[in-house]
Amino acid sequence: MNTRLIASWLIGAPAAVVGLGLVIQLAALADPSLYFAWGYYFEVFVGGLLQGVMYSLVALGFVLIFKASSTFNFAQGSMVLFAALTMVGFIEWGLHWTIAFALTMGVMVLLAMAIERVVLRPLVNQPHITLFMATIGIFYFLDGFGQTLWGSDVKSLDIGMPRTPVIVLENVFDGGIMINQFDLVAALVGGALVLGLAVFFQKTRIGRALRAVADDHQAALSVGIPLKTIWVVVWTVAGIVALVAGVMWGGKMGVQFTLALIALKALPVLILGGLTSIPGAIVGGLIIGAGEQVAEIFLGHFIGSAIQDWFAYVLAMLVLLVRPQGLFGEKIIERV
Amino acid sequence: MKTKALLTAAAGAAVLATSLWSPEPAAAEGEQFVPGLQYRSGPYAPSGIPFANGFADYLTMLNARDGGINGVRIHYDECDTAYNNDRGVECYERLKDAGPSEPAAWNPLSTGITYALIERVAQDEAPLISMGYGRADASDGRVFPWVFTLPATYWAGADAIIQYIEEQEGTLEGKDIALVYHDSAYGREPIATLERLAEQEGYNLHTFAVAHPGLEQQATWRQIGRQLRPDWTVMWGWGVMNSTAIQTAASVGYPMDRFIGIWWSGSEPDVRPAGSDARGYKSLGFHAPGADFPAIQDIVTHVYDEGEGFGEREAIGEVLYNRGLMNAVFVSEAIRTAQARFGERPLTGEETRWGIENLHITDERWDELGLGGFAREIRITCEDHEGGGSAFVQQWDGESWEIVSDWIQPRNDELRPAYEASAAQYAEQNGIELRDCDAEE
Repeated sequence: MNTRLIASWLIGAPAAVVGLGLVIQLAALADPSLYFAWGYYFEVFVGGLLQGVMYSLVALGFVLIFKASSTFNFAQGSMVLFAALTMVGFIEWGLHWTIAFALTMGVMVLLAMAIERVVLRPLVNQPHITLFMATIGIFYFLDGFGQTLWGSDVKSLDIGMPRTPVIVLENVFDGGIMINQFDLVAALVGGALVLGLAVFFQKTRIGRALRAVADDHQAALSVGIPLKTIWVVVWTVAGIVALVAGVMWGGKMGVQFTLALIALKALPVLILGGLTSIPGAIVGGLIIGAGEQVAEIFLGHFIGSAIQDWFAYVLAMLVLLVRPQGLFGEKIIERV
Repeated sequence: MKTKALLTAAAGAAVLATSLWSPEPAAAEGEQFVPGLQYRSGPYAPSGIPFANGFADYLTMLNARDGGINGVRIHYDECDTAYNNDRGVECYERLKDAGPSEPAAWNPLSTGITYALIERVAQDEAPLISMGYGRADASDGRVFPWVFTLPATYWAGADAIIQYIEEQEGTLEGKDIALVYHDSAYGREPIATLERLAEQEGYNLHTFAVAHPGLEQQATWRQIGRQLRPDWTVMWGWGVMNSTAIQTAASVGYPMDRFIGIWWSGSEPDVRPAGSDARGYKSLGFHAPGADFPAIQDIVTHVYDEGEGFGEREAIGEVLYNRGLMNAVFVSEAIRTAQARFGERPLTGEETRWGIENLHITDERWDELGLGGFAREIRITCEDHEGGGSAFVQQWDGESWEIVSDWIQPRNDELRPAYEASAAQYAEQNGIELRDCDAEE
């Protein structure tokens, strides 16, 4: 990403936020039943951004696997559920959550190895759609297997993250801006994970090999990069990302079957940010998170509530009209 | 290669054996068929499983302890609907001819599936019990002869909640009440009643729809907790929507003791994920929680001690377990009532319907069943398929549900005309002729 692009985002994004606020303020003047205050607007926006980081956490897992194998991993949502269920299961055995987390990481490594050996290796050189169909199979398998192992009950996952809301900027805005500490910590964890992944991909030998595989399988194989190992590594990293996402989402709303459905929240993020870009997953998550919250509260006033789910897709589709590869995706030109 | 072929054959044989294996005993002549439209999979499984277990365990206990109902053993078989309307209809079609007798009664545990089956059960002459869910106007038995809403409808629930709030506040004039509802036929069911009561009582009603399955409610609760700050918030949720709502409400600092859910928003899976944040949350109930009843102890002795239980022993007595059990009590008591008239044998759907229409479970009968104090007296008639409508308020203390109100009797003098008007409209649209209950025995 060049400096000019970063600068345009740094200036353009806040301007767009303030511009949108002004539009809503005008709408509130025209329709007094629409509540608007700048503090409230920023609170909604910040809450949406923090929520967006949670979406990005899930989207990251998709991006990692797509980068390495050009396959859309339908099973990412069920990996989130499986990881969270496994960790809660270990905690229920009386283990401290840190030990449970480490053990679950081990389970995710084993899972990655099993997927590579049983599903991916027999499908080498098969069309991408075949691999995609295989991930659908993994989705259903993990979904059922996790619940068979650990049960279908709603489980509480408490790792001691603070839950009480805090009010900030009380002297700037009337009533201040309320931020949920849990969301804040989750966003920080998400940020740290992204930073870690960036270092992993840019600075480590295996990370560079992974990027080489992502760019060109054949070329990577010809210089001796082992595709099988890379797949295990990628699925392991995606599994650990799923575990972190599972801990955050599970901690927020309990560990249960529905966790697998949060993959649906990642899809518009991927459409928006591009399937191959880690920064795209982050920025896409932030835009979707903030956009859907603002839409639900302010646009929902005019057209009815419960719009945020489909609004996220509409927002992503609008971007597709302008940039089919997403905001940060690679423009793929295939010669025929 | 040979090993691989052997392994493949073994796996194939295992799959075949699994698909053919059924936990149900083979159907025998002379048994009464009770079908179960349950959901043990899908996003609502955490709520569906305890209900299904309570239902199945009670029937299993009757077989084990009493040899069935008056010597007629019950053949129970269930199909997993995943709380999906299409699958619900598919399950209905699959099960309706699958038992040793005509199905006693259908219990879909879903308002959507109930809507989908109303015409089918009328055509097949099979009774349908939508216990505390479904169409409220189906309480009018003259228009809906095959559908029963006992022991209470959503309209009665809405009325009971408003009465409770009024009792707490003194007056409702000028108060703000928010309704957070599952954006489905189920969630929209109480809106008309709450709007009517808003006009009558003078409170302001604010409605907030939550899209299925209800994972994301931050925007909803930001409006409620930070902007609107209503005096009370009422919830019509199910499954993950409930636990998400309670946790999100806590995250914006909304007071739990001013947050009250319908009876489908008041079970252990709804409050446990929120931990201590859920303390003080309230909901309606129409049966007692807990396992301290002789009939439930009989389940422990005759079913779980024999290794025949459907669920975990620890879950016995939880709210949804007890609700499933209550549903099974209604079915078995209807069969018993019908047997008294038609003979101690497997019954037809029409005969069971007569049993439900003449069902009268008095306080003494609840005692005889080993469920004294479990629920209120219920009396169904040809006209009244609801049979009471009363409910109480229970509150989560962080460990268990405590009943914190007396029984609240809904204002049936106002609700009954509303049921009849809505049912009459349905009858007109569908060309249904009203039954003359006086002319029937």
